[in-house]
Amino acid sequence: MPFKLTDKPIDASALMAGLRDTRAGACVTFEGRVRDRNDGRAVRALDYEAYAPLAEKEGERILSEARERFGIVGAVCVHRTGSLGLGDIAVWVGVTAGHRGAAFEACRFIIDETKARVPIWKKEHYADGAAEWISRAARGGPPGGLGKPAG
Amino acid sequence: MKKTVRVRYFAMLREQRGLDEERVATEAATAGELYEELRKRHGFTLPADRLRVAINDDFGSWSTAVRDGDALVFIPPFAGG
Repeated sequence: MPFKLTDKPIDASALMAGLRDTRAGACVTFEGRVRDRNDGRAVRALDYEAYAPLAEKEGERILSEARERFGIVGAVCVHRTGSLGLGDIAVWVGVTAGHRGAAFEACRFIIDETKARVPIWKKEHYADGAAEWISRAARGGPPGGLGKPAG
Repeated sequence: MKKTVRVRYFAMLREQRGLDEERVATEAATAGELYEELRKRHGFTLPADRLRVAINDDFGSWSTAVRDGDALVFIPPFAGG
């Protein structure tokens, strides 16, 4: 399953091993990790909540688009749900391709599109005890289009 | 015409409603009308233009007709990754 939600810690080395392919001369991975600050506030933990059926469907669409657009060999994206602590992996993307250019571009595309299009919510818990659902500004351009990178 | 739909709530809307999901009997013709009805009833703070809607687990539009037995999700602004 190339796009997956999981409530367990993400095992990056196992995912990397799953991408082994002798046709691939390049493997690019991205790890999104829980950072200790956001917008100047000290963060102590995060909760992720997903609308699973649609998140998986949209995630699969993004990976299909990446395969069509960049001519890659393999692509995987795994996103956490549940409670995460500082430094935990929230999202992992891995792409293999014949050459590095396609692998870098496809990896960037997958993480940007995932953030923009996959219905997963993040609640930040701050050091001062407050908590807030985070929303990002809507990105310009049509869904799946060549909009500006997210984030 | 009265119909019964299933509404699931996530994130901010789940907290404002105090429920994960519910069955709703409604005469709303479209997804947009249904959201307005629920927003007034439960005091949801988010206006429809901040949300997206999913019908039967795929993205829909506010003008999509609501049919008996549909499953709807009003999707608050999200921020994965």
